[in-house]
Amino acid sequence: MTRFRLLAACALALFLPTATLANPALEAVVADHLDQIEQPSRRTVAPLVADIAATGPEGLTMLQAWAGRNLGLTPDGRLLIMKGADATDAVTGQPVPDADPKMLRPNSGVRGVIESALVAGLLNDPDVSRRSAALDTLARSGTAEQLEALRGALADPDPVLAARKARLERLLTIQHDSDSDARVAAIQDMAGDISLDVRAALNPLLATRRVVSTDDPQGNVARELEAGSDALPREAALALLVQEGVLQPRLTSADQRAALAANIQNGAVGGVPLQDLSDPVARDRAYEALETAGAVPPAATEAEVQTALDSHRFFELYAEADPAVTDAAQAAQLRAQVKLGAMRGLDLGLDALSLASIYFLAAIGLAITFGVMRVINMAHGEFIMLGAYTGYTVQTLIADRTLSLVVALPLAFAVTFGAGVVLYRLVIRHLAHRPLETLLATFGVSIALQQLAKNIFGTQARPLTAPAWLEGSITFNDVVSISSIRVAIFVLALLFLGLFLFIMKRTRLGLEVRAVTQNPGMAASMGINPDRIAMMTFGLGSGIAGIAGVAIGLFAQVTSELGQGYIVQSFMTVVVGGVGNIWGTLAGATLIGGLSKVIESLNPANTLAAQTFMILFIIIFIQFRPRGIIPQRGRAAEA
Amino acid sequence: MTRKPFILQNPSTLIVLAVLAVLTLTVTLFSHAYGSGAIPTSMIKVLGKTLCLALAAVAMDLVWGYLGILSLGQMAFFALGGYMFGQWLMYARTEGIVAVALAQNPIPATPHELQDAVTNQIFGVVGSAELPLVWSFAHSLTLQLILILLVPGLLALVFGWLAFRSRVNGVYLSILTQAMTLALALWLFQNDSGFRGNNGLSGLQNLPGLDHVDQATLSVWFLWASAGALGLFYVLAAWLVSGKFGSVIRAIRDDETRVRFLGYPVEGFKLVVFTLAAMITAVAGALYYPQAGIINPAEMMPIASIYLAVWVAIGGRGRLYGAVIGAVMVSLLSSWFTGGRAPSIHLPGYVVNWVDWWQVALGLTFVMVTLFAPKGIAGIFDRMGPPRQRKAHSRQEQEANA
Repeated sequence: MTRFRLLAACALALFLPTATLANPALEAVVADHLDQIEQPSRRTVAPLVADIAATGPEGLTMLQAWAGRNLGLTPDGRLLIMKGADATDAVTGQPVPDADPKMLRPNSGVRGVIESALVAGLLNDPDVSRRSAALDTLARSGTAEQLEALRGALADPDPVLAARKARLERLLTIQHDSDSDARVAAIQDMAGDISLDVRAALNPLLATRRVVSTDDPQGNVARELEAGSDALPREAALALLVQEGVLQPRLTSADQRAALAANIQNGAVGGVPLQDLSDPVARDRAYEALETAGAVPPAATEAEVQTALDSHRFFELYAEADPAVTDAAQAAQLRAQVKLGAMRGLDLGLDALSLASIYFLAAIGLAITFGVMRVINMAHGEFIMLGAYTGYTVQTLIADRTLSLVVALPLAFAVTFGAGVVLYRLVIRHLAHRPLETLLATFGVSIALQQLAKNIFGTQARPLTAPAWLEGSITFNDVVSISSIRVAIFVLALLFLGLFLFIMKRTRLGLEVRAVTQNPGMAASMGINPDRIAMMTFGLGSGIAGIAGVAIGLFAQVTSELGQGYIVQSFMTVVVGGVGNIWGTLAGATLIGGLSKVIESLNPANTLAAQTFMILFIIIFIQFRPRGIIPQRGRAAEA
Repeated sequence: MTRKPFILQNPSTLIVLAVLAVLTLTVTLFSHAYGSGAIPTSMIKVLGKTLCLALAAVAMDLVWGYLGILSLGQMAFFALGGYMFGQWLMYARTEGIVAVALAQNPIPATPHELQDAVTNQIFGVVGSAELPLVWSFAHSLTLQLILILLVPGLLALVFGWLAFRSRVNGVYLSILTQAMTLALALWLFQNDSGFRGNNGLSGLQNLPGLDHVDQATLSVWFLWASAGALGLFYVLAAWLVSGKFGSVIRAIRDDETRVRFLGYPVEGFKLVVFTLAAMITAVAGALYYPQAGIINPAEMMPIASIYLAVWVAIGGRGRLYGAVIGAVMVSLLSSWFTGGRAPSIHLPGYVVNWVDWWQVALGLTFVMVTLFAPKGIAGIFDRMGPPRQRKAHSRQEQEANA
């Protein structure tokens, strides 16, 4: 234990540049090996470093300075630790004024040896944070020597650190152990783990390089490649042959043309008349003629290229020489990839769920107004925008983010509810039973509202910042994570699903809405005022659009075109889900959200193509379920 | 009873043709190329483009006003027609330029090199080195001219067949046509779709092989072509809607189920009109974009098709001349107001700048027209006509609204 105490003292000494007592052991070692300290060599320095480290805290301080290139040698053979302009004697610890030593600059190999000696010491440090920091260093750049040191220090009072040490020992074994069986065992221990560090340990083992050979190559062969296949395009195969020196580089046609142009004589090149040179075969012939005459450097002809390709075989070799290790690594990677695929699927599912909840919020208003009145409100997207701008305006008035959100949600509902009622009273009521005209009239409202928003708020995007507790994300592991805002939107969507179901099934209003949806004439003769019900539904649908606007504004920029981006998807949701039934809307939103995420993940670089395919899918889907997933029943369905 | 010749049934056709002829003649006489030069070339181009839009509106009126399908995807056919013609314009012109450039080399170019250079010139901006498959016919004017009709026609045929056979109608159908347009636009926005992504096709204002003809002359030629196409298709449309065929499609508009019960193949009629309208729209587009000079996928975003519907509604649907009036008036007014030349209105405390407020005014006008004047501007002409005809029209209108 005394050694550990000493190490702790040494660590303290790093931060407390107080004068310490002279250390005779260190003095002796330094005196004996001064020339080696001045001119260290990576191969021979290890015993010296071990000796210095064994002398106690002063030795370790000196090693630290040496590795950090802060150690200087005076002409009279004393070692000084430099700290800025101040110098202290490395052996005695006494400050030395006006020192101008020759600074020692050990190379990186030597510094590696010193640092691993230091890390090995720190692994047994009584201070938990120091041990943890040493493990971090090891995880970044472990070496074979450090692996030995780590194995000697596996026991740890802290269970978390003990587990980390054990795990790190396995990883370093994979990378640095000299015994093949030990490595295979370590790889098998870690198989199926999808953490980044394991993948980072396995990947270099499976790294390959390509070689050309006329027969079976030396080394650990991963696979043989066929020239001209997808894995090895013809161009790449030719480049390999050229690199090996068995083939002269093939001329590009631009080079060939330039070479020919430089050798025009009397209207011909190499005896081939100029006007014939629009034919590639004639160009090759002319170039061959020039090549024979020595006017141009030789270049491979197509025939030579083919011969070279036929007579050579192409292989991928593992950089790792041991086939047992690469086989085990391959198997482990396969297991990890399968697991990774499952995790990615889960992540995708979460993404799809959050997208579906947004579409649900955006589409539910459309679905109920369509169900009750057979009317598509083209201004629905602008109501979403209106909600988002309400949220923005509230935020400029109330500084506290949480409070402003709490105020913004009901206020957005109220504003868009009002806008919906006004739109209903002024326009839609007068166009009853003329759905196409309603569609166009509400479109007129939509362009007017959009331009109004542009005139009031300007064209630049306005931020709607989420409160701090909604920022960041919930992370399950290296692959699966979901941002808190999206969780919140999911909760919001669930909340509105519940609220909506409650209104529809448990309140007088809901009863009347359902009655009007099923048969307006009969409902009217039962004393229900269809006009009032239609107005309330329209208001309710618009109000939910406002809430959706605030939710969307939290993760997207608020612009006057915000609603446009969601309106088509909302229409699709309604069309796919079927109208007049909230479960249909839910099913539609889930299908559209899930589908767009899946298509997007198949081709992540191209979101435009993803949207195209999704719309095509919907057009085809309508062929099989023209009334949506959950079609409306009753008399209204006949209309 | 034998029917009267359709021209006599539709005297409005003669009026439209006469107005068109007078307009063309006047513009030609005042153009730079053939007359005094009082009308600037840019104005002639605007007029030519407006005639093309009027033609698209006539097709829209066929589909919406007569057949009752509010198609929000007409501009997809319009732009497709433009793309098909634009492919040849761009390819042939680039080929000419590249051939001249390559002739500077001492070594004559191989056909492959020529092709590569053209590809590079056209597709360099989207980082593609190979000529996409959809450009296989771009070298041939004849083939591309056929494609102008064929591609939009086929698209309309397939889409219409899928939609009509599953009895999708009303608002659903409108939304579906809008989705189709959006899908097409998004696909064209991709760089690797083969149509240069959002760069679109450009330099279409030049006719390959006619480099010596200046823009002033070309603009008049295109005006003639646009006026000719409008006249031709107007007569075709008027003939189509005047006979028995017209009666059937109007009946489908008013009550589809009854027509089906009478034994008419409703889907077939719908498909014929929808496809024909798509082809007419494509011709309009093919004539429009050479005058505009550039085409890109933004042209077929759903909003453009809705504007087309707006024009027809303001002009008065169910009447072909209404569509023409609506398209000409609203598009000219739009370009005047948004061009920044309209005088601002100075209110106390606020200046109404028309560039900012035109959209609002247009949107509200549109709501007003839908609410208070469902017949649009053409409704005014109805009142001026003979009483008998007025009665017939108003009955028709009642049925349409029922």
